[in-house]
Amino acid sequence: MADRIRLRVGRYRPETESELHFQDYEVPFDKEWVVLDGLNYVKDRLDGTLSFRWSCRMGVCGSCGMTVNGEPKLTCATFLSDYAPGPVTVAPLRNFPVIRDLIVDLGDFMQKLVRVKPWIVREVEKPLAEGEYLQTPDELDEYKQFSMCINCMLCYAACPIYGLDPKFIGPAAIALAQRYNLDNRDQGAQDRMDVLSEHDGIWGCTFVGECTKVCPKHVDPAGAIQRYKLDAALASIKAYFMPRGV
Amino acid sequence: MLQPHAHSDGKPHVYTAYHPRWLRHHTSTYWWLQKRSYFAFILRELSCLFVAWFAVYLLMLVRAIGRGEAAYQDFLAWSASAPVLLLNLVSFGFIVYHAITFFMAAPQAIVVHIGGRRVASGLVGGAHYLAWMVVSAVVAWLLLGAR
Amino acid sequence: MIKRHPEPLLWVLFSAGGVMSALLMPILMALFGLAFPLGWIAPPSYEHINALVAHPLTRLILFALSMLSLFHWAHRFRYTLYDGLQIKHLNELVAILCYGSALAGSVIAALLLWWPHVIR
Repeated sequence: MADRIRLRVGRYRPETESELHFQDYEVPFDKEWVVLDGLNYVKDRLDGTLSFRWSCRMGVCGSCGMTVNGEPKLTCATFLSDYAPGPVTVAPLRNFPVIRDLIVDLGDFMQKLVRVKPWIVREVEKPLAEGEYLQTPDELDEYKQFSMCINCMLCYAACPIYGLDPKFIGPAAIALAQRYNLDNRDQGAQDRMDVLSEHDGIWGCTFVGECTKVCPKHVDPAGAIQRYKLDAALASIKAYFMPRGV
Repeated sequence: MLQPHAHSDGKPHVYTAYHPRWLRHHTSTYWWLQKRSYFAFILRELSCLFVAWFAVYLLMLVRAIGRGEAAYQDFLAWSASAPVLLLNLVSFGFIVYHAITFFMAAPQAIVVHIGGRRVASGLVGGAHYLAWMVVSAVVAWLLLGAR
Repeated sequence: MIKRHPEPLLWVLFSAGGVMSALLMPILMALFGLAFPLGWIAPPSYEHINALVAHPLTRLILFALSMLSLFHWAHRFRYTLYDGLQIKHLNELVAILCYGSALAGSVIAALLLWWPHVIR
């Protein structure tokens, strides 16, 4: 068993370069190391100029998403031993503009997230004196899966539709909208539907399904989107026949 | 490295040390050849062409039946010609692929609650396959059985 | 108030067409496209199939199958051209051609099934 493994890491330094190129580094091969450990070894011992994002190193913050051997992965959850003997190619997350090295700009998603109102929307806020909202375990299960999203953006990197049309609102935004639509405390489904029923909303999705495949938290955004299409279509038909509302 | 470049709002952007030029990747027209799952997706989408072909073929059959026995027999003979047979063989493969992928996808879209409890997605999928078998059996019986 | 978009209706037609074609086309293609022409199974006699098609329920199902399958094709093919070939600038033309053909096909299906003397 080799004790070193080669990382081919994407480098982009805008002050001197205009393209992405790859630089090789040899890091120790430890069967317990993840790709993030390898990158930190590079930054600490080999090349301090390498730039990348990371934080919790345990798969809950969503910061360390990158393209590992062509697939979008959380580098803190991807073991070097899965790629032995290597080399392991680490590139910036696809479909987002690269700021530097392995760092991408997520501003597009941040704008889209706000548009879907990812918070409890109430027509009238319940006063504190009336006490807490009540929710049974079954009501929690309705939306719990979609609340697991850590905004890591692997789904956007995997989605070919987003790659072709950056105006597409995207998997995570829709899944997060669903998280609130299906929450029994929320009354904002109508507000969100106006945003999501635009052409670049849910209707841009052709159910490729890659988003669900790469999601590290098993959110199943593809399922959220298809369910929402059905709900939106039925609501649309109802509105057509009963325009003044039920 | 200061180069003007238009923003989406039309205003030109001048790159500085604190606002460097971002690298934007353009998706290739052949993106669907780059991954097996993407290719399988495009095949699934293109199966709709063969669905449309069979709709046309079915209407041709209906027209032949409407014209009388001779036209019906001619249609059957034409169906047996090599090019039509080959097309229908390929179409059959794609139509089955369409059916299988559709029934695999349906449970993700259809969430059913019965008596307050959520029906397992395996059952929803299973119901589709069951319906498929029942419908096929009924159609076969209508065409072949009750002569 | 939900803004009026054609997308939800088109998606419903696409889904319904997908389900109908998935349920009915495999067996029909297996019989009429392969088994009968190849002589594996004897095709139904003209009297039998004529009586079958003449039944009002059969004609309704055949119309639904053809119309929905054509709209299924139109919707899926339009998106495949849009995403696969990236011809965004022709988006409206592609949509009109696809749904237009499906509509034309549906009209022809209705004529063939209920007013065959109109088209010889």
